[in-house]
Amino acid sequence: MLLVAVTLFGAAGHASDAPTIPDTLQQRIVACTSCHGVHGEGKPGSEFFPRLAGKPAAYLVRQMQHFQNGLRKYAPMEYTVRQLSPAYMQEIAEYFAEQQVPYSRSPLPPVTAETLQRGEQLVSNGDPTRKIPACASCHGTQLTGVEPSTPGLVGLPYDYISSQLGSWRTHTRATVAPDCMAEVASRLNASDITAVAAWLASRQLPADTHAQAAGSVKPPLSCGVLGATGDGA
Amino acid sequence: MKWLRRLLLLMLVSAVLLLGWLLVWLFFGTDSQQPTTPAMSKVAAATLRDPALIASGEYLVKVGDCAGCHAAQGGAAFAGGRLLATPFGNIPVPNITPDRESGLGNWSFEDFWQALHSGKGRHGELLYPAFSYTSYTKVTHDDALAMFAYLQSLPPVHQPTAAPALDFPYSLRNSLTAWRALYFKEGVFESDPGQSAQWNRGAYLVQGLGHCNECHAARDTLGGTPQDEHLTGGQIPQQNWYAPDLSTQGNGGLQGWSEQDIVDLLKTGQSAKSVAFGPMADVVVQSTQHMTDADLLAVATYLHSLPARAQPLQEKPPFNATALVQHGEQIYTQRCADCHGKNGNGVTGVYPPLNGNSSVTEPTGINATRSVLLGGFAPLTVAHPRPYSMPPFAQQLSDSDVSAVVSYIRQAWTNKAPVVQERDVSKYRQTPID
Repeated sequence: MLLVAVTLFGAAGHASDAPTIPDTLQQRIVACTSCHGVHGEGKPGSEFFPRLAGKPAAYLVRQMQHFQNGLRKYAPMEYTVRQLSPAYMQEIAEYFAEQQVPYSRSPLPPVTAETLQRGEQLVSNGDPTRKIPACASCHGTQLTGVEPSTPGLVGLPYDYISSQLGSWRTHTRATVAPDCMAEVASRLNASDITAVAAWLASRQLPADTHAQAAGSVKPPLSCGVLGATGDGA
Repeated sequence: MKWLRRLLLLMLVSAVLLLGWLLVWLFFGTDSQQPTTPAMSKVAAATLRDPALIASGEYLVKVGDCAGCHAAQGGAAFAGGRLLATPFGNIPVPNITPDRESGLGNWSFEDFWQALHSGKGRHGELLYPAFSYTSYTKVTHDDALAMFAYLQSLPPVHQPTAAPALDFPYSLRNSLTAWRALYFKEGVFESDPGQSAQWNRGAYLVQGLGHCNECHAARDTLGGTPQDEHLTGGQIPQQNWYAPDLSTQGNGGLQGWSEQDIVDLLKTGQSAKSVAFGPMADVVVQSTQHMTDADLLAVATYLHSLPARAQPLQEKPPFNATALVQHGEQIYTQRCADCHGKNGNGVTGVYPPLNGNSSVTEPTGINATRSVLLGGFAPLTVAHPRPYSMPPFAQQLSDSDVSAVVSYIRQAWTNKAPVVQERDVSKYRQTPID
């Protein structure tokens, strides 16, 4: 009895020193949420850390794999995910994909009305003379993405969209061949990127921000990321 | 006086000839040794196909963590292609799959042994010691044979290896002759009959295949490890992490670690004393977690026998650091104490203690600084498939804040390590992660 009491006391004495840590995925992934937000809502004021909430899980897994294998280059992300197993990445991706949190608006740089109009034109119709397809032709009519591997473009900050398009052009962001997004980005010039990013970032969000169903778009280019059937399945 | 002039002339001519010969040898001297083809090998092809030998080789290749260097990021295992950065230039790591053109497909065991044991290529050329033959020379003939059998059993991958891009004069392979005289002692591990079989097994693994000393000892300006520096800790060149001293005794980097603590860290990536991170996390994930319990215990037994170390010099801080440390304590309370505890003792199995943690108190402060900047997950092992993680603070804390909090944890509780300055933090903020 005395022994039990001593043991209990000992355990309680130690426990009072040690913080109580919840055994939850949310707690385990503070390395992710400290930049991307507890619910993957992004980080207002740090526009380079994108929102993850509601993005297709397969897309998120693929991005982590690309940071592991060097297709995407960003040292802090490469370091953070370098050892994660496929199962753990899947679990983390599903967590963020399931989160439903309101979008926050981020400030736009000063751009002219012509630039915004040019952006809308490129996003909605592309520029056939320069073989630039419309963003909507792959990313969905509402630009909310397409399951399982195509991310939404609305609700992202200007800084993030423009820096990512730049990364596609400089090959510090890439995906499996044929890399259709790299192809599209290489056809954009700096003013196109400003226009597209500004218009996308200025756009009001549709009522339903979920990604469209798989197979609901017919991509104009051959995309490795979408697999042989073109819908990522 | 004529004879004196003649003598001087003779000496001059001799000196010029000698110098000329030396230069020609340095620049053009090649070792024209003929490789041993597989057909000429004393090892029968059937021997290399023995499944038991291959299985044993697979284990040894894991113990040696060959895959750690012999693959590029996202590249095929053992196909090489990684650029190993050294202070002397970049060394591309070769393809060791059995591809005939670009790998070891045309190698015999004799060629492999010459590389592993003597640090020479199959034509007799001197190999750069980025390939740690300074340690591998201790590997036994039988173990080397098993490793070769395993490597030859892999699917061949065609991926040619680029030529080394080293600065002059290191670009001359023959300059290694002098380096080898200083730092390389060829010879298989010899058991110490005065020690237990377990100790000897541990010593063999640590000194040989495990090549622990290649990181856990300081390198001098020529990139060598003086022979008397054994596991005394050192900064890893280019990678800029500090590989701590491995003695468990007085003033050792692992002071107070039990054998079980060592086994736990190598097996699971964490122990009651610390968590592996940086390059050691990779070593645990790819190599040590796959080692048998018997081998891990042998390693622990050997490390436990390393001698006590001298007390480090207590340097006076270059300025009055009281305000810095106090500021650090505030940051610690706000940002760190929720996980690591106010007393710095962490939460066993979840968050590592900082009190008495050698990674916090190692001489340079690099490890704590970079851990605060980078954060990251504990090693992902069979024992911990869903590890907890730490936020990267690079985006949240300024250089001066990081130096404050790191200085605080290096001096709080039982820790007594020198403070870290703001300029040290700025240096490591941009350090590449590989």
